[in-house]
Amino acid sequence: MRLTATLLTVAALASVPLWLRDPYLMNALITTGIFIIAAMSLNLLLGFTGQLSLGHVAFFGIGAYVSALTSLGFDVGLPGGFRIVHEPWPPVVGFGLAIVAAGLCGYFIGRLSFRVRGAYFVIVTISFAEVVRLVALNWVELTQGPLALNNIPSIALPVPEFGELVLRTKLHNYYLVLTVAVIAYVLIARFVRSHYGRAMRGLMENETLAVSVGVDATRTLTLAAVISAGIAGAAGSLYAHYIRIIDPEVFAFINTVTMVIMVISGGKGSLAGPVVGGLIFGLMPVFLRPILAPEAQWIAYGSVLIIILFLLPRGIVPSLAQLLSKRRGQTAVPKTVVFDRRAKGPA
Amino acid sequence: MMTAQQATLKIEHVGIHFGGVVALSDLNFAVGEREIVSLIGPNGAGKTTAFDIVTGFLTPTHGSVNYRGTRLSGLKPHQIADIGLVRTFQRTSVFPNDTVYDNLLIGLHRQSRVRFLEAIMSLPRARLVERRMHGLACELAEWVGLGRRLHDLAGSLSYGEQRLVGVALALAAKPSMLLLDEPVSGMNATETHIFIELVRSIRDSGVSILLVEHDMPMVMSVSDRIVVLNYGRIIAEGSPDIIRNDPAVIEAYLGRGAVGA
Repeated sequence: MRLTATLLTVAALASVPLWLRDPYLMNALITTGIFIIAAMSLNLLLGFTGQLSLGHVAFFGIGAYVSALTSLGFDVGLPGGFRIVHEPWPPVVGFGLAIVAAGLCGYFIGRLSFRVRGAYFVIVTISFAEVVRLVALNWVELTQGPLALNNIPSIALPVPEFGELVLRTKLHNYYLVLTVAVIAYVLIARFVRSHYGRAMRGLMENETLAVSVGVDATRTLTLAAVISAGIAGAAGSLYAHYIRIIDPEVFAFINTVTMVIMVISGGKGSLAGPVVGGLIFGLMPVFLRPILAPEAQWIAYGSVLIIILFLLPRGIVPSLAQLLSKRRGQTAVPKTVVFDRRAKGPA
Repeated sequence: MMTAQQATLKIEHVGIHFGGVVALSDLNFAVGEREIVSLIGPNGAGKTTAFDIVTGFLTPTHGSVNYRGTRLSGLKPHQIADIGLVRTFQRTSVFPNDTVYDNLLIGLHRQSRVRFLEAIMSLPRARLVERRMHGLACELAEWVGLGRRLHDLAGSLSYGEQRLVGVALALAAKPSMLLLDEPVSGMNATETHIFIELVRSIRDSGVSILLVEHDMPMVMSVSDRIVVLNYGRIIAEGSPDIIRNDPAVIEAYLGRGAVGA
């Protein structure tokens, strides 16, 4: 039932380029898709471990810069007279390195802050994002600073007997983003339904009890942070190779806020939440642009969020799921996404 | 008195101070293989503090705790659970927003570990382990008598039933020694009676038990040995019969009425 719904959704999304020819809308869909991947990664932390990463854009931006620099090459001097010269590598390699680099940062942030958690984690992540932004802005020799990294090559896929397929058009990029999004979704779904997911849920509900049955809190949360950061890095890499120009503005706080809004409105702790929230808030500017001035758009944005949270306080997906199960006359069991209900009962 | 060889859990010269307050001073006792030992004493005598020290939630100011030859000082609670020492809690005994079944699945954490890649790729071994865990969760619920409550939210159960969930959760972690912190508080006489049978069946399955409890009839009927604490030190130790008639214990805790109990 749930699998069918997921497959139908993917099929519907895959069919979009067949009937939608408008390049402006396609562009909006691709960037929205990239932000949905980032929002899904944020949801893994916020929704499934309860830890708010308010510097999540750092992982996204690190992914973008690592990927861009890997495929552009660089030549920088280090203190002590050393020079690092890097010849350009294929963007696919950059994509992989972006995931690794962001994941490593997630590891260090996790190790550092999960001993205390809560507000401490929020502050560490904000500071981390700010530090990375300042490095990107001021290490001009490496990042070009505010001049931005230009002409980032598009991702090219090696195809047997054909050479390589350069993903240059919007159609290509749409399917690339969709593929990565589906992989990220499946990865997160399997993770939260495994014993790791149950450990995270136990920690969120009653940490003392979870620890007493053998859950290693730091290890579990750090693993979640690594996966989350890695997926955010992948999204950043897609962004860099699609937009093909990045500057330190990718680290802007507003980008984190956008991700948080997508997750909260769609429903944190639900797998489909960031997708629904992301589609609404990612595409809203497209529909508001003809009718509202840019300043007014932000007001509308905020109003919509307030209305959603006022009417559906737990977010769209969990609230609707509860409504549906009530309508069917079943008792609503809150937050059931973590556990695979199909496999219930004695095996 | 038991000899050092028989003891699996040895608590030696353990003391803990909170600022100027001495919560425990020089605690010495041991629990043997398959033994049921009760720790009793007035409120504030340091029983739960002793539990917290043994299970790694508190670090003692001095002294050492050894379990099967492993020194527990400095180990984190989850590491101590891995060694086989698992406890229940007085108050927070369940994950309230999950069903009993999901509670037990979380409790089965130690047994459901598969490698990260196996879980992510959903490899046959990971799926096999998951299926086994679903079976085990049902078995555990049956064992403690919650089979019919399997799909109810743990937070919606009665107080006594939540206690049972707590015990099942601890059992799910596959302990070789179980520490029960006031397990029958909130249970009526019938439930308590059933619980005593459960404690015995747990011991018969090969698990040693350390029990903190205020329900004297229960303690007297189930314990092999009793350790009495008062003001952070041991005032008596021995079989239920000895404790029942110990003048110091009667004075400090049981009161005159308990002599005939």
